[in-house]
Amino acid sequence: MSALLRLRGITKVYPSVVASDRIDLDIQPGEIHAILGENGAGKSTLMKLIYGVSQPDEGEIQWQGQTVHIRSPAQARQLGIGMVFQHFSLFESLTVAQNISLAVKGSIRELSARVEETGARFGLPIKADTVVHSLSVGERQRVEIIRCILQNPKLLIMDEPTSVLPPQGVQQLFETLRRLRDEGCSILYISHKLEEIRQLCDKATVLRAGRVVASADPASHSNESLANLMIGRSIEPPPHAPANAGDAKRLLIQSLDHVPTDPFGTVLKGISLHVSPGEIVGIAGVSGNGQNELMRLVSGEELHSAHHAGELSIDGTCVDRLGPLQRRTKGLGFVPEERLGRGAVPELSLSLNGLLTAYRHGLTRLGMIRFGAARKFARQCISDHDVRCGGEQSLAGSLSGGNLQKFIVGREIALQPSLLVLSQPTWGLDVGAASNIRRALLQLRDSGAAVLVVSEELEELFEISDRLYVMFDGHLSPSLTTRDTSTTQIGRWMSGEFLQETITGASDH
Amino acid sequence: MAYRLVARTETSLRAQLLVPLAAITLTLLAGSVLFSLLGKSPLAAFHAFFVEPLSTRYGIGEVLLKTGPLLLIAQGLAIGFRARVWNIGAEGQLLAGAMAASALALHFDTTESVWLLPAMVCIGTLAGAAWAGIAAWLRTAYNANEILVTFMLSSIALQLLYYLVSGPLRDPMGLSFPQSALFSDAALFAPLLEHTRVNNSLYLSFGATILAWIFVQRSLSGYKLLIGGLAPQAARYAGFSEKKAVWLGLLIGGAAAGMAGVGEVAGPLGLLQRSISPGYGFAAIIVAFLGGLHPIGIVFAAFFMALIYVGGDMSLVSVGLPNSSATIFQGMLLVFYLACYLFANHRLQKVEIRH
Amino acid sequence: MLDSLVFLIAGTLAAATPLLFAALGETVVEKAGVLNLSIEGMMAVGAATAFTVATLTGSHVSGFAIAALASALLSTVFAILVLFFLANHVAAGLAVGILGLGLSALIGKNHEGQTISPLSDLDMGWLSELPLLGKILFSHDPMLYLGIVMIFLVWWLLSHSKLGLIIRAVGESPDAASAIGYPVILIRFLAILFGGAMAGIGGAYLVLSYTPLWAEGLVAGRGWIVVALVVFGMWRPLRIALGAYLFGAVSLLELFIQGMGFSIPSQLMSAMPYIVTIVILVIMSRNPRLIQLNHPASLGQSWHRNA
Repeated sequence: MSALLRLRGITKVYPSVVASDRIDLDIQPGEIHAILGENGAGKSTLMKLIYGVSQPDEGEIQWQGQTVHIRSPAQARQLGIGMVFQHFSLFESLTVAQNISLAVKGSIRELSARVEETGARFGLPIKADTVVHSLSVGERQRVEIIRCILQNPKLLIMDEPTSVLPPQGVQQLFETLRRLRDEGCSILYISHKLEEIRQLCDKATVLRAGRVVASADPASHSNESLANLMIGRSIEPPPHAPANAGDAKRLLIQSLDHVPTDPFGTVLKGISLHVSPGEIVGIAGVSGNGQNELMRLVSGEELHSAHHAGELSIDGTCVDRLGPLQRRTKGLGFVPEERLGRGAVPELSLSLNGLLTAYRHGLTRLGMIRFGAARKFARQCISDHDVRCGGEQSLAGSLSGGNLQKFIVGREIALQPSLLVLSQPTWGLDVGAASNIRRALLQLRDSGAAVLVVSEELEELFEISDRLYVMFDGHLSPSLTTRDTSTTQIGRWMSGEFLQETITGASDH
Repeated sequence: MAYRLVARTETSLRAQLLVPLAAITLTLLAGSVLFSLLGKSPLAAFHAFFVEPLSTRYGIGEVLLKTGPLLLIAQGLAIGFRARVWNIGAEGQLLAGAMAASALALHFDTTESVWLLPAMVCIGTLAGAAWAGIAAWLRTAYNANEILVTFMLSSIALQLLYYLVSGPLRDPMGLSFPQSALFSDAALFAPLLEHTRVNNSLYLSFGATILAWIFVQRSLSGYKLLIGGLAPQAARYAGFSEKKAVWLGLLIGGAAAGMAGVGEVAGPLGLLQRSISPGYGFAAIIVAFLGGLHPIGIVFAAFFMALIYVGGDMSLVSVGLPNSSATIFQGMLLVFYLACYLFANHRLQKVEIRH
Repeated sequence: MLDSLVFLIAGTLAAATPLLFAALGETVVEKAGVLNLSIEGMMAVGAATAFTVATLTGSHVSGFAIAALASALLSTVFAILVLFFLANHVAAGLAVGILGLGLSALIGKNHEGQTISPLSDLDMGWLSELPLLGKILFSHDPMLYLGIVMIFLVWWLLSHSKLGLIIRAVGESPDAASAIGYPVILIRFLAILFGGAMAGIGGAYLVLSYTPLWAEGLVAGRGWIVVALVVFGMWRPLRIALGAYLFGAVSLLELFIQGMGFSIPSQLMSAMPYIVTIVILVIMSRNPRLIQLNHPASLGQSWHRNA
């Protein structure tokens, strides 16, 4: 049988890296084919080349035996290639049916019927007249998948689809994908999650640093051997001594309600949590369930609406009305999810980015900046955390995501916070950088600081945190001791089950 | 062989210097085309525009006279622009400063005190800042867009000026002209260069330049404003108040424009009349951009813009160019500057396609 | 009393029409995610061109048509700056606005201070003869009616047509629109051209009907009021039209109040439209949530396709 899609010697060069290096790939009709690789291995670049978002500098793409030049996503769709993006390409202010009508021919009324019918057939229930901004992340993914299915694709590209789903949702998605395969649609499944690939995929191509390093039948490999193929070296998880938490509550949030100023944001309902010195507390949950809103409230970037209930305190002092700066003087450090534009200013040098939160620590005199001291501070962060860059005068925007994150985390740790809050600290980082950051957090914890981590990666939270909360639809679960819980329980809670369960099921200390 | 546009990984001083020069060159080229279309010799026109003003003592004086207010206002505006606070109503703030200073000068028209002029400068500066402050207040308290409010305030200030010169501040002894009485000598800046109209107010502009340099390049407040402009989210994250940035950005711009207004009525005009500024407030926007929003760059840009003003007047006489040429030149300068600016933070990279 | 009512309503309609054309155009531009602040300059170029062409050819129709073309041409300068050179929208709008003011003076310099016979009113037979209503509703020039038609056309375009859906999608998230295959730059380019042509027609109406004369600076800040109108109207054509008529009424107030014999400084009356703009802007902007819900999410942000 001839391949549906065949890549030969595909190469794509970006200014600083070769993102795809002479890649060969064959995808057969009716197979689920995994592209496996850690963050930064070039998976997304490859997908963009196949979907026509960008064009290869070299090499050949054959579609059903014909050589093609895919110049745009529109052309890719015409050929029969569909793609579900990692960051969704839906329009918040439009309805489901309007969104779909932008990609599929037909009147709104006719499409509405087809959307709901297709949804039922593939286990993707959705109402066609809902406005997208009111949908959960999982529901949005359904809309994206339905939009692709309605275009009768021969090949469907899924980019890290499970990162937005709770574990049960993952099984549901796999069911949908298998049904699609059985109807003859090939699926290109991009992921770095080994277990999923072994469960779902018929074939796997492993990428490392832009190159194909192996082609494998995932079912006949163990997780370990796949991991070795993917990473090419073994990484020790950091030593993890049990927490030595005190009874003091460094951060305390009590039954807090909040309506965010962003009209599309999640409303927070009755949030209670605490973090003590000497422990790492994790918040698990699918993104978009109110984590961002909670983080903005804790950091002080958004103030708690005064006429709503609840209170937020640091070391026993109510900080409800204090801005980010005043909270920092109380010992708060914060690493936001967005590195460029929030945690750092891309157009400025690292030494000026150090100044962003560190200026109160002796980097100014009489309102004037001490540039020498600022450079020295940045150099210190760079050497302490192994930030790979051209020095403290490099622009923040020129660093890779992992190195910039190491710099930001390093900057916040250098300020010796008594409470450090981090949002998605290792998102998109390669294994080495991620493990560096986790090690630094454990060190900080052992020196007596309280650490709060919001993450989508359950594995990460289980690796470093002492206690866990789960967030769902603006609610926060009771806390669980990590050692006494399982991923299954957290998974169930991630789809909101804790709302029905009685508090007695949870240990709260 | 093909080219693609890539972001620069570090700031390039060379590119930043080349951008305004390229903009000026392109403007001159486009200007030649325009002049040829109008049936004028481009060479004669450029001679009138750029050489004539600098070939006589009087011409140089006139250029310096116009450099003063442009420099002063642009330094103030640039600080706001770096923070993405768009004050486009400097013209109105200039008028506010001129009106307040004139009211003071006319009220104390018999005094010979040396303190009158400094008092005028102070009150004019305050009035300009206050006029811009209205926009800052409406933006911070009611979220009203400062671009629109500063523009509207500028039109209102003009009507207020018309009202004052035809009513309360009109010269009671004058003919039917809508203008005030002449100021006393104590209310006027002393001449700086003989046989020209340049006066001591030019020192104010250079003083402001030094202060602006310290503020922008050295101070923490300047840094905070810059962050607010480049990355508002990062400013919020760091805890730099957006409201403070809006207030500071507008007040500084307004103060500078108000002071420039004093320089006009207490300088070349010597009285309050319907027309005080040939659009300095708007031209200064262009000066600020052309100078790369940098205090030193702005000095050169202000001088160049003043040259266009004076050249425009001279070419009107000597070559018979329409008096709108100067405005067209200003517009083209900014258009070309913005186009070239792409290359200040991007560069073209050669892409070789291997087969 | 009746006469002054007729005068007020008919005058309001006429005064509002230039604002209406330009504001409807700007609505489409902003819905596509582009903030074009050069309306003042584009209206001025439209006005100068229309006056010159109509004077030279004697044809008002050519005046309007060439004015639309000229302003659209000027708006391509803006479009190239923001779409291809990724210039800041505010700065590019100011630049092109100033350029437009300069060009308008150049175009109209031989006709400074001249007058022209205004566009003739449409004769609607017995309708125009109706008592009262005939004068108020059925005795205007065709462009005024076209303005009213445009309200509904733009409303239909934006909320009921596929093209409108695409424009809104591009204005909300150019990344997403591009990912599903829409040519973002082309759509924005066309929207900007449409906005330019509409501003040109607005400017032309000013000199060929409302005040049938040309003088430099005659647009007098209307271009900025138009930008404000789009905010007042929350990017909805029907509300924007309402706003335009309100401003039409305000600008007539001066004549009306003088007619009633009040002595108010004329400068205060001249400043009235600007004062009213600020007041309404403050009232409408007070609730940031309301603005956030309605304004196109990518408004004023530079965008380019990542290769």
